Parts: sequence; structure tokens; C-alpha cells
Amino acid sequence: MARITAGVGSSHVPLLGVAVDQGKWQDDYFGPIFKGYEWTREWEKETKPDVVILVYNDHASAFDANIIPTFAIGCGEHYKSADEGWGPRPVPDVEGHADLAWHIAQSLILDDFDMTIINEMDVDHGLTVPLSMMFGQPEKWPVKVVPLAVNVVTYPVPSGNRCWALGEAIARAVESFPEDLNVQIWGTGGMSHQLQGPRAGLLNREWDNKFLDLLEADNDDVRHIPHIEYLRETGSEGIEMVMWLIMRGALGKKVKRLNRHYHIPCSNTAIGHIVLEPAD
Amino acid sequence: MSNQKDAGEKARQNIHEYLAEFDDIPGTRVYTAKRARRGYWINQFAMSLMKADNRERFKADEKAYLDEWNISDEAKEALLARDYNRLLDLGGNVYFLSKLFSTDGFSFAQAVSTMTDMTFPEYQQMMLNGGRSPEGNRSIKGGY
Repeated sequence: MARITAGVGSSHVPLLGVAVDQGKWQDDYFGPIFKGYEWTREWEKETKPDVVILVYNDHASAFDANIIPTFAIGCGEHYKSADEGWGPRPVPDVEGHADLAWHIAQSLILDDFDMTIINEMDVDHGLTVPLSMMFGQPEKWPVKVVPLAVNVVTYPVPSGNRCWALGEAIARAVESFPEDLNVQIWGTGGMSHQLQGPRAGLLNREWDNKFLDLLEADNDDVRHIPHIEYLRETGSEGIEMVMWLIMRGALGKKVKRLNRHYHIPCSNTAIGHIVLEPAD
Repeated sequence: MSNQKDAGEKARQNIHEYLAEFDDIPGTRVYTAKRARRGYWINQFAMSLMKADNRERFKADEKAYLDEWNISDEAKEALLARDYNRLLDLGGNVYFLSKLFSTDGFSFAQAVSTMTDMTFPEYQQMMLNGGRSPEGNRSIKGGY
């Protein structure tokens, strides 16, 4: 049987991709950030997941302004790195797990989550930067990926409560997949940042760390944070953190924290990541 | 943070109240349906710059390229001037507009700094110092 063995929450700032691609990860600016991921990179090498369900948002790459799916699942065989305006990142193609993805898609729809299904798409920094942070620069990614794209751009975006419930439904779906697979779920984006308007550059170390505390807690209070709180406290793009709740919801009531790191700044953004294991 | 316990008891959110709160955030244009409708072609134009051929054509003659799109004269002017705050008002979204500043060879931070009252070096220094504080920047009405 397939099982979700761990969850990772992580920022996906595009500049981190640039740092990897241009070999700058040891300099004074990026050094402390990449050092924070060292433990997690080693842990990924040891735990060797077969598949990662990678929750991220598309940044106007695969989806334009025309079609705006709230929750979309990639059921394809492979995905190429998107050209976001400066040429595609020089990273390997991402290999999908079409059998598991289709199984999850069908299970979720029966479980009242009306998913959009994607067969072909390019994936942008939202998906490839977390892969680089966890796996470095391999010739081939060591995992298969089920992309799960969430609309966190056009309002209303899904509520934290709905994201948590989707995570619970994903866990049920994975458990009913007959093949023996070690599956991780990653929630990406955030933490506090604002990329627009005169308030741009807002960061909130205190709130971000409260959010990380709530993810570790043995309760689900974090699912009830309203959108307006993310907007006021964490900047207009901090709302990406609702995607971490899909990951957290999939891990069950109790979790054990294996690693946690927080650093300000990376470009416009507060960088954070957390590694959690189900502990029910 | 809310302490509401039971997901099942969650009250249905009133869409009008939900949207009205967004106007109370200082220096921020939340990308609502209203803005998405208004800025649709600005954003679709920006999307087109994901193709290298289109970027070349745009760079060769920006005005002529923009004239191929159903975009108002006001928005064309704002695009030519790279007036990003004006573009946000006209329904542009930063993730779409990022294709334009990437075409210009601008980083996210550099482009974002042009929307503030700071120069790029001043903005970078603010970020190194811990970013803009949320203090006094959460609510216009509440002033907190």
C-alpha cells in the first residue's frame, strides 16, 4: 500500500533557483539559506521517497488569465520547465506518476473535491525551486512528482479550511493505492512577502513563526485563519501559505517536527521550511 | 489567530463583506475578480512575452506590438512607461507583469522596488534590515 511518510513546507522564491543555476549558493547572501536546508537535503537522501505530491501555485506560466482552476492535479507522464520570461531553468524534466495521480484525482472527485485534471503543462519555479532546494542539481530528479496546482492569485482563493480538508482527502486517496510507495507531500510558497504596491517588502517574522508553531501543534486551529489575516499580517503574497495546510491536513492530527528553519530575507521574501512526520 | 474549533460550524462568509475588507489594507491592490476582468488583456499581453519570438518582436517596436492587443490607450501608456502601480490599478497582476520586467532584464526585487517610494538600493537595504514592518501597515481604518 502507498503511504504518506512525511510532509515538507517550504518557500519557493525564484531567486533561489537563480542561485542554484548560477552556483551562488555558498556566497554571503545565499549561504545561510542553503545551510538551513542542509539537514533536509541529507534527510531526503536517506528517506528516498518514491513520489512527491507537490502542492504549489502556477505563477501565470501554465495557466494564463483565461482559465483559473482552484485545485488542479497533474496526471501527465512528464513536465518541462517553463519559460517565465528569461528562458526555462536548466533543470531536468519532471517525471510524473500518472497511475498514482489519476488514482488520487478519481478518489478526490468521489470524495467531493471537484478537481481539474491536467495532462500536459510546463511547470514553473513554484515547483522546480523546491526540488532544487531538496535535491540539488542531479542529472535526473530522484523522485516522481504529482503536481497539485492551487489558485492563490485571483480572489477568492480557497480557504485554509478547505485546503486542510483537501489534504485529509489526499491522504485517504494515497492509502487506497495498491502499490507499495513511499510518498511525501510538500506544501510550498510563502512565507511573508508582498510583491506589489507601495507596501511591497512587508515581512513578518513574528507571525511566520507563530504559523510554524501552529503547524507543529496537535490541533487544527491553523486551518481557520481567514484570508484577511494573511493579507494584513504577511503581505499580499503571504496567502501562498494556505498551500502548506494541504500538506499539514494530509499528515493527521499529531505530527513530529524533524526540522525547521527560518531566514530573512531572500529577495522580497521571508524564507522558511519545516519537515513533519505523521505521529498519530 | 482564530480559535474556532469545529470546521463543521464554520459560518458562511458574506462575499460583500469579504471583498470590502480588502480595501482597508494600505498600499495594496488585492487581485479580485473585478481587477482580473478589467486587466484581462494587459495580463494576456504580458503572458505572450513568455515566448522568445514575441519578446524579440516587442523589443523591436513596443508600441506596434501593443497595438495588436485590445488594451486601452491609458494602459498602453502605463505599459510603455513601466508604471507598475498604475498597471495594478488598471487590473494588472504582478505575476503576469513579471513577464514584462523579465523581458527588460529586471529582477523581481528591482521591479518591485519601483512601486515603493524607495530607490532600488534603499529597498534592498530595507530587506536586509528585516523588511518593511507590519506595524501601522495592516489597516487604514484601524491605523495599526
